Amino acid sequence: MDAPQTGDFAHIGKSVVIKGELSGSEDLYVDGHVDGKIELRNHSLTVGPNGMVKADVTAKSVVIQGKLDGSVLASDRVELKKTAVVNGDLTTQRIAIEEGAFLRGKVDIQKEAGKATGSAG
Amino acid sequence: MASVSDNVMKFFRSSSNSASPAIEKKLSRRSSGMGEVSRILKSQEGLCVLDMGATSANNIRFFTDKGHKNYSEDLLRSSLDPELRIEDSEGKSVLDSKKFLDENLVYATGLFDVVLCWNLPDYMEESLVKPTIDRLWSVMKPGGVLLAFFHTRDAGPDSTCYRFHVTDTDMLDMQEVKFAPPGRPASEKQSPRLQRVFNNRHIENLFRDFASIKFFLARDSIREVLVVR
Repeated sequence: MDAPQTGDFAHIGKSVVIKGELSGSEDLYVDGHVDGKIELRNHSLTVGPNGMVKADVTAKSVVIQGKLDGSVLASDRVELKKTAVVNGDLTTQRIAIEEGAFLRGKVDIQKEAGKATGSAG
Repeated sequence: MASVSDNVMKFFRSSSNSASPAIEKKLSRRSSGMGEVSRILKSQEGLCVLDMGATSANNIRFFTDKGHKNYSEDLLRSSLDPELRIEDSEGKSVLDSKKFLDENLVYATGLFDVVLCWNLPDYMEESLVKPTIDRLWSVMKPGGVLLAFFHTRDAGPDSTCYRFHVTDTDMLDMQEVKFAPPGRPASEKQSPRLQRVFNNRHIENLFRDFASIKFFLARDSIREVLVVR
């Protein structure tokens, strides 16, 4: 998947390094480095093919093409593309994993709507 | 003295670097051991399952659809980390099992109901095998089950290393394992080499702390072992 083409999202380019906590109320595309915590509540996070995220993530949906070290709490869905390398636990309602993706961690499917949102509410 | 690279390369089959088909073939095999594990997975809910093979979307879907928690940890790949190599007192290159277990299989005591070890012991360096099995003993629940596959001597040293995809029956889909050695590009993917063949006595010793062990001898030179913690 390529980077989103519309302007309705925040974009962190591949030369950008962020250390700290990221929160927002719009969709986020990360193709750079983020080290800390990402909290997007009812929005989606996409980690691009060059993205390297070391953070616990809370979002509605999370798509990973790059590398993510940290736990993911997604109220809707998680998608690991074939280039994804994930070290961490995934808690979500739905998950899609492409052949070739690497996951080291737990997958916990929470069937009830809203349960996977935890305290992110 | 052999370099770290040389020591890592002995875990790969030299012949498998030749032009291989772009599409990897999937084979299947009947598994009596998996049949027993499947019955457990179907009859209970909320089990903790540790899959020690390469990440399999199929397996994750299978376990989570049945309401189980799935943990994935590809220990064979982790064991190839060149930073694990140290020299023993005789100057021989060995893998540091303490460091390996500080970084892998780090779970709460008594967490897992089911462990799918697959063919890991046959392909992992010998110094890691017993410490890994001992760690598995501690992270499994009493009464939990572990499934492992061991080659018989008939398999031969160039026996293909497979990863396994579970199905809803006692059939397993198999796919050749290939990955690039550390520091090499993805285009240099190779298959791991069979490191040794355990006989029944070795297997019994390996699992001597477990409550029971059951052997299934298959037609394809594989001895399946179902162990109860």
